[in-house]
Amino acid sequence: MSSTVKRDELNIPQLEDDFQPLTGKFLREERLPHIWCSTCGIGIVITAFISGLQKSELDPEKVCAVSGIGCSGRAAGYLRLDSFHTTHGRAIPFATGLALGNPELKVVVISGDGDIAAIGGNHLIHAARRNMDLTVICINNFNYAMTGGQAGPTTPIEAIASTTPFGCFESPFNLPFLAESCGAVYVARWTTLHVRRLADSISEALTKSGFSFIEAISPCPTSYARRNKLGTGLDEMKFYGKNSIINNGADTRTVDISFGSKITVGKFVDIERPSFTENRNHLLKKRLGDRYIPFGGPNGH
Amino acid sequence: MKADPIGVATGDHYIDGDIACAEGAIAAGCRFLAGYPITPSTEVAEHIAARFPLVGGMFIQMEDELASMAAVVGSTWTGNKSMTVTSGPGFSLMMENLGLAIMMEVPCVLVNVQRGGPSTGLPTLPGQADIMQARWGSHGDYEIIALAPNSPQECFDLTITAFNLSETWRVPVLFMMDECIGHMSEKVVIPEADQVDIVERKFFKGEKEKYRPYQFDDPTSIAPLIKAGDGYFIHATGLTHDERGYPLINKDAQDRNVKHLVNKIKLNAEKIIISIEDQVEGADIVIVAYGITSRVAVPALEEARKRGIKTGLLRLVTIWPFPEKRIRQLAEKIHTFVVPELNLGQISLEVERCAAGKAATIPVTHAGGGVHDPEIILEAIMEGAT
Repeated sequence: MSSTVKRDELNIPQLEDDFQPLTGKFLREERLPHIWCSTCGIGIVITAFISGLQKSELDPEKVCAVSGIGCSGRAAGYLRLDSFHTTHGRAIPFATGLALGNPELKVVVISGDGDIAAIGGNHLIHAARRNMDLTVICINNFNYAMTGGQAGPTTPIEAIASTTPFGCFESPFNLPFLAESCGAVYVARWTTLHVRRLADSISEALTKSGFSFIEAISPCPTSYARRNKLGTGLDEMKFYGKNSIINNGADTRTVDISFGSKITVGKFVDIERPSFTENRNHLLKKRLGDRYIPFGGPNGH
Repeated sequence: MKADPIGVATGDHYIDGDIACAEGAIAAGCRFLAGYPITPSTEVAEHIAARFPLVGGMFIQMEDELASMAAVVGSTWTGNKSMTVTSGPGFSLMMENLGLAIMMEVPCVLVNVQRGGPSTGLPTLPGQADIMQARWGSHGDYEIIALAPNSPQECFDLTITAFNLSETWRVPVLFMMDECIGHMSEKVVIPEADQVDIVERKFFKGEKEKYRPYQFDDPTSIAPLIKAGDGYFIHATGLTHDERGYPLINKDAQDRNVKHLVNKIKLNAEKIIISIEDQVEGADIVIVAYGITSRVAVPALEEARKRGIKTGLLRLVTIWPFPEKRIRQLAEKIHTFVVPELNLGQISLEVERCAAGKAATIPVTHAGGGVHDPEIILEAIMEGAT
């Protein structure tokens, strides 16, 4: 792959009028520059998140961002929201505490594939099972980048990582399938090339009750791409442009990603199912009648 | 201020320590519990699960103890008083997010109904071997507050104290029960709500832009908190941070950050420490004990006194911070400390350290699974007296 790509070659659609460039409103500009490498995709996901948040018209004061550990784990720290940078893998249960603690909040987890699907995998499946009112944006760069490029739960077979120097031989997770099968009511996957669609999905997820999951495939030029000779982040974007197949409503069993394979993207799941809080309130009211005091007191949530 | 009457089950009850702890938490204003079942603490969560829907609380059984402690920290940021409850193996898993709570300076209460360890150990039988884990279990330097009740009544009373200390010092408080106290049933008197003193969280009232969650004018002062969702756009992290909570990765920031975590407890230790003394003044021998062992020691104490040995009892209600000053004072006056505990020597090491050779320390160890025969403690007293 060439290391320089012209914008036209990428076939990037022109930004639409409603896709506003970032203002400082949702970023902690005093914390910039950020820590991410040049041509890393995490910043693009942040941009898409802010765009989706604006589009959702949610009150930013009532939106919390929670991250775990890793490159993507730094996402929360740059967002001008109530933002929490937690422990490795525990962003989802921390966010669960926030979401239950104040049901008026919309709590968003933005973290990486290792954080969410490996060390935090148990929390992912249980939050989905409970249909907890959370939106999880999992930035998948196919490796543990912060620690230098180790293999993770999404590393494709044969991909080189620092801990799989002869190629990965473990089967990776198909994250959309995992999320759907555990009970997520909204599941989508986009790459960082699909900024507008990613932002739209984020907006939809933010305004949906229950557990929503969005996988954002991101370049990792310094670790994953370098070891696998995939070029720069821009080259990876070019790859996404050529190899992504948009298939909304695709059967998530079919959307697994292999090394160098086509990447199925789209909105895969958008269903209705009562959330944890709805189920809880319903059952407790049924069983306890007037004796039930909803969380937050008689006039509570 | 006084407790909200809705959460205070005023009256005389015959309940065990676990239930009393749960009632103490509700009376203290706790309205969020995230937990995972583990013997011998499960009854606390079970009781809360039944009571919370009647008092406007939120109970969630999480997928493990890692998640439980993480959810507690998250919930506290919304303004709740939050707790979790566990025993040894779960306590180990909670160390990770206990560290987060310490670093973020988040008030909450973690109950450990201690059983025998290591590992799965003795799920149904008592131990007091998590005392050093309570002090040092999460990585890095910090100070912590830990309490050890010795009766169901104290499980009620001191759970309220634990929440109050937690709010006062913006620190997680460890409530170190043991299986005996947890499963012991006795009369517990729950007073009227207007007799229950509650420390409410101190919330920031000034201009939002000026709020600094980690601002402290002197090393021991405590910044007020806010609630997520109130428009402060705060940031909190487990990383070393500055007064705004923003990551700052250098040695000066580390010095400021960690010294605050330590000094707010260490330099205020005398305001935090609770001990109960029985005939310590004028004693030659002082038993230092806590939890169930402080009760088992009483027959030995009485027998020793009958035999004319001037014996006192220093009962640690707060285990951490450790009453260093008092032990140092006593070491100047007495002959020997006798330290019975259901472990192979943990608090006895602290006593020995503080006594600094000026008084002898005799550990009376027990690996757990039962309690001491008072005779063994008496023998140690007799040994100290000769």
